[in-house]
Amino acid sequence: MSEICLQGLPAAPGILVGTLHAITSAMENRSRSAGDPAAELAALQSAIDRSIGDLEELASRVAGDGADILAFQIAMLGDEELAGPARREIGLGRAADQAWMAAMAVQIADYQGAGDEYFRARAADFIDLRDRVLGHLAGKTETSTLPPGAILAADELPPSRFLALDWSQGGAVALARGSPTSHVAMLARARGVPMAVGLGAELLRVAGGAAQPREKTAAIDGGRGVVVIGPGPERRAEMSALKAREDEARAVAATYRDTMAQTQDGTRIRVLINVADPAELAGIDPALCDGIGLVRTELLFHGHRALPDEEAQFAVYRRIVEWATGRPVTFRTLDAGGDKPIPGLTIANESNPFLGLRGLRLSLVRPEIFAVQLRALCRVAALGHVKVMLPMVSQPGELAQARAHLDRAIADLADAELRHARPALGIMVEVPAVALTPGRFAADFFSIGSNDLTQYVLAAARDLDSVAAIADPSDPAVLRLIAEMAEHGRAIGREVSLCGDAAADPVLIPALLGAGLRALSVAPQSVGRVKAAIASVRLDGAGR
Amino acid sequence: MNEMKETIISSGGVTVADKIRVTHATGLHARPSVKFTMLAKTFAADIEIAAGPEGPWIDAKSIVKVMATKVPKDTLLHVRANGAEAEAAVLALVDLVRRDFDEGSGGG
Repeated sequence: MSEICLQGLPAAPGILVGTLHAITSAMENRSRSAGDPAAELAALQSAIDRSIGDLEELASRVAGDGADILAFQIAMLGDEELAGPARREIGLGRAADQAWMAAMAVQIADYQGAGDEYFRARAADFIDLRDRVLGHLAGKTETSTLPPGAILAADELPPSRFLALDWSQGGAVALARGSPTSHVAMLARARGVPMAVGLGAELLRVAGGAAQPREKTAAIDGGRGVVVIGPGPERRAEMSALKAREDEARAVAATYRDTMAQTQDGTRIRVLINVADPAELAGIDPALCDGIGLVRTELLFHGHRALPDEEAQFAVYRRIVEWATGRPVTFRTLDAGGDKPIPGLTIANESNPFLGLRGLRLSLVRPEIFAVQLRALCRVAALGHVKVMLPMVSQPGELAQARAHLDRAIADLADAELRHARPALGIMVEVPAVALTPGRFAADFFSIGSNDLTQYVLAAARDLDSVAAIADPSDPAVLRLIAEMAEHGRAIGREVSLCGDAAADPVLIPALLGAGLRALSVAPQSVGRVKAAIASVRLDGAGR
Repeated sequence: MNEMKETIISSGGVTVADKIRVTHATGLHARPSVKFTMLAKTFAADIEIAAGPEGPWIDAKSIVKVMATKVPKDTLLHVRANGAEAEAAVLALVDLVRRDFDEGSGGG
């Protein structure tokens, strides 16, 4: 049998190979015939009371986050309002289970439609309550156990069900739906249970329902949101190697965790992280880094039927800024085009997209889209230390135009009396024209995008294997431009950082620091390794 | 956060009202809502909250309704109470929000 690879979203990091154990929701194929309303009302109340009893019993065995979630569910069930609509329906002759399901469907839909992701994730709590009460109405008692070290596969996993299972012997969770911000994801992270969500209906089709249990082995990588069903020997070896590397990286990161990065001779280097999705921040302690050096906002613009509106963008940006708790967060405005096409936005079939309408160039010809993003960014700037960075700037006029758009967004927000602040406005240094004559660009800060700078300096595409050896960020021409940028920043007192792949390469780090850089932005999982590499560098004597 | 408390004598008796900025990171979310409604239920007064001066006013003792309001961070939460202990109820609830529900601005 060949392996099936499912890509979802990361919810809790960790790698595990184990037996897949599918569980189904209590919702399936159930309907009771309506008795007289008084009997149905009594049945519903008894099911609710017994559900509260279950949850109280469960709450007495757990602590911390788990207990808080159960307290919330108990309070919900204990509120007369919750079953009010169901009671009215029963009065009209409906069966208790049908009436309860209809009432809960309204609640669930209401939360699923919420603009705020935190509230949206609460739909899972209502599904949990719905199913628990339905189970009691059907006279079914819950007996779900999980074999030690198994990977639980389900459509959604209610938090109360997660808490009822014993995770002390290992185990992992794979969900067809679900959200990284759900209560159950929070619990999985707190208990170190690997978890991937949003894996799609395929998961349950392959795993088989409880009705047709089939012994299936699977491998899960919670940190990458991947589940492989029926992994072959090669995949198993790859997964155990990944696990070993992850364990080692965790050990290294733990060593450097709360220590600020500095060279062997004591020069402080700021290490920031690159982020594309707030879900990546789950389980990362902000103390690990000096802030976020690059938020790629492109992801927001993918996989949507329409472009994200101001509120949707604001909600995502806010989560990132709140995570950073006062540390600087640099948002890069939409960097589409080049190797990152977005259907309906970027120009299709450009003969050379890397030299085409990409990055800021695209934003300036689509000002209506740019304005929405700038407004959302100015609003989030009121909540923390927010900086805005423009990609693919080549001429000073582009920066001036972008600044005018920013001024207009701020004026609009002031008119609308929406809370906002002016973020620092900086530019990416990717185009050689900028690196050669940075003095022409009145930016508040500079961030070197070493991947693009390298490909433009050496005229070697970053996505072509045949010229990969030429696209070398340690080429003397590239390093000279980096050194001149660092010198320019020092001379005018503006920050210059670097956020390309080169920043995470332990071999290149000595050269980058030697060129004068004092801030590097890397993927979160590289932070430990980068701090370790920095600690082995001596700058006295290595100076330029 | 020094908005003035107001006391209105209406035909229905004494209504005490106040407002407070919600600073909790996730707004009036699961855990804060549990604390808020549990505290509200310790008072005999009728207590209502709203996310704006125009309402809609909802029952502060119902967690189903309080959560359904989905009050986000930075909302100026309006609280009003009528009947026995109205003043104490408003004071206590506003103070709970001011204390950030006795938790750091963490997750929810």
